Amino acid sequence: MDLQTLTFIIVGITFAVYVGIAFWARAGSTHEFYVAGGGVHPVANGMATAADWMSAASFLSMAGLIAFYGYGGSVFLMGWTGGYVLLAMLLAPYLRKYGKFTVPEFIGDRYYSKAARIVAVVCLIVASVTYVIGQMKGVGVAFSRFLEVDYGTGLVVGMSIVFVYAVMGGMKGITYTQIAQYCVLIFAYTIPAIFISLQLTGNPIPQLGLGSTLTGSDTYLLDKLDLIVTDLGFDQYTTSARLSTVNTFAYTLSLMIGTAGLPHVIIRFFTVKKVSDARKSAFWALVFIVILYSTAPAVAAMARLNLHQTISPEAGQQLAYEDRPSWFKKWEKTGLLEFKDKNDDGLITYTADPAENEMVKVDRDIMVLANPEIAQLPNWVIALVAAGGLAAALSTAAGLLLAIASAISHDLLKGVLLPNISEKQELNASRIAMAGAIAVAGYLGFNPPDFAAGTVALAFGLAASSIFPALMMGIFSKRINREGAIAGMLTGLVITLLYVFQHKGIMFVASTSFLGDMPANWFFGIEPNAFGVIGAVANFAVAFAVSAVTKAPPQDVQDMVEEIRMPDHAGAPVEIEQSLDH
Amino acid sequence: MTASSTNDLDITKNLENRKRAYWRANVKLMLILLCVWFVISYLCGILLVEQLNAIRIGGYKLGFWFAQQGSMYGFVVIVFIYSRRMSALDKQFGLDD
Repeated sequence: MDLQTLTFIIVGITFAVYVGIAFWARAGSTHEFYVAGGGVHPVANGMATAADWMSAASFLSMAGLIAFYGYGGSVFLMGWTGGYVLLAMLLAPYLRKYGKFTVPEFIGDRYYSKAARIVAVVCLIVASVTYVIGQMKGVGVAFSRFLEVDYGTGLVVGMSIVFVYAVMGGMKGITYTQIAQYCVLIFAYTIPAIFISLQLTGNPIPQLGLGSTLTGSDTYLLDKLDLIVTDLGFDQYTTSARLSTVNTFAYTLSLMIGTAGLPHVIIRFFTVKKVSDARKSAFWALVFIVILYSTAPAVAAMARLNLHQTISPEAGQQLAYEDRPSWFKKWEKTGLLEFKDKNDDGLITYTADPAENEMVKVDRDIMVLANPEIAQLPNWVIALVAAGGLAAALSTAAGLLLAIASAISHDLLKGVLLPNISEKQELNASRIAMAGAIAVAGYLGFNPPDFAAGTVALAFGLAASSIFPALMMGIFSKRINREGAIAGMLTGLVITLLYVFQHKGIMFVASTSFLGDMPANWFFGIEPNAFGVIGAVANFAVAFAVSAVTKAPPQDVQDMVEEIRMPDHAGAPVEIEQSLDH
Repeated sequence: MTASSTNDLDITKNLENRKRAYWRANVKLMLILLCVWFVISYLCGILLVEQLNAIRIGGYKLGFWFAQQGSMYGFVVIVFIYSRRMSALDKQFGLDD
């Protein structure tokens, strides 16, 4: 059976399963379904959180980034997992105890202010929409390859599917659909990794294979890779730092704080039965995430090795363009891989020197999808990877759209602007908000600011600088008041946005950047993607300063802070689907 | 003052003290674990990576291993310990649900 038919079948089956689960979850009374069981089980919730969390960026882009950055790609690995430590200890248990529907709602109550709630909604929307753009890029890449069309067409197809899936009703039963999506994506990620690790090192566990010797030789895989890439003039794989140590530090910290401040992840912890379950759930989520994240470095290094060895089987030897493998031809069709025969010798030269390099475009986002083909794995494995990439993108897009829609309909409309609208009107408003978010993200997906993980990284900067500090101070300080929190959030958001826009262009349209995006113009050499932590520090500082010179919060708010710190008497869990309807 | 209201006052005071002690224990545990969190990622994976790279375990340079494997396993252990210890504290202070 040819690859495309097989891909259609596997993707079709997985989609049928998601729709089936959504339908089944809806068929029984949702109320009975969740409340009779007393909230979602911590392990189940952990798995759903992992699927919600691991996006197209984690699945498709991350290993590609590590493959080309080597050690420099570690920021994504540490940043996107270390944030769960902060989430588990600093936020999740307390927000569960507080026990309402949305993150802006907490901020509105804690800072006794509708204005604070609106600022939180704005921060949430900016962060989530930026994040959805990254998903759209991932969906576009996956569909363009799997339908063998150009990126733009792939993006439109992907947008339509996300639209139907999220807006028309796939939202119902989201927790159980996400569990199925986790299973699909983790199989799709680890099976090719196991195959490739076996091929290269004889060790079936990719995490160990990466530290092993190559089959039939005494050379360690990483040493061989270091040797190959340095011979071609690239930086050594295991030590190549991206930019400065300060930047690496800031980038990792921004990603960690941002992870803990992303609203679509936080709301997942509102669904478990008790406070202790929120902690357990954070543990399980991290376990399920680390299964994929610890495999990614192996996927990355092995993909890079295979890529170079395909093009140049032995040092000095070059592959003829005529003999290029079929995956090469297919990716050329998408426009994400480009070859230009600069010296007209019909051979492929791939080196670090831009004047001689003939692989003029190797989009990093194609690495995970191309990897099993480069390693010549069976077609069903390749088809499975496509299904996994789509599961990752869809589950995250659904979670994000839910967060955006509930912020607009529940916090902005019902909570502030139009308190008298009916539940039905609120639901319709949230559907319109979702459709709007998809359209905006799709448009920006056509003009992608950076590769998918880069776009997503900006969302983290925004969550880190605005939402995380407000939540943390709200729990750990009784003295931070309304004035301080609002001033802090605005400062964090504005500083980060200005810094990003001045270097990257307003709304990422590069031609509108008024300070070129180059290291010389960066503050302490910190790139825009890594700037969230500076925004967060400014947020903390401004919030404390302003609170110190204004009136302390009222007694009932201080009592509320005391109350959420204690794990006993937590109210009923939130049903995540129903949070839309409230 | 009647005997029963003194008693109520004692119980309230007692509960207040218990809650304060619980919160202190929570914050202490949190700070210790955050130190570990910092050491395994920022110290071993970023600041001291070059020095640690001189040591090897199998094909891995140690600093590289911390950055791309070890820190993540450490995070899992930290969250596990936090969850276990906090459940024990909840019980110890009679604040479990």
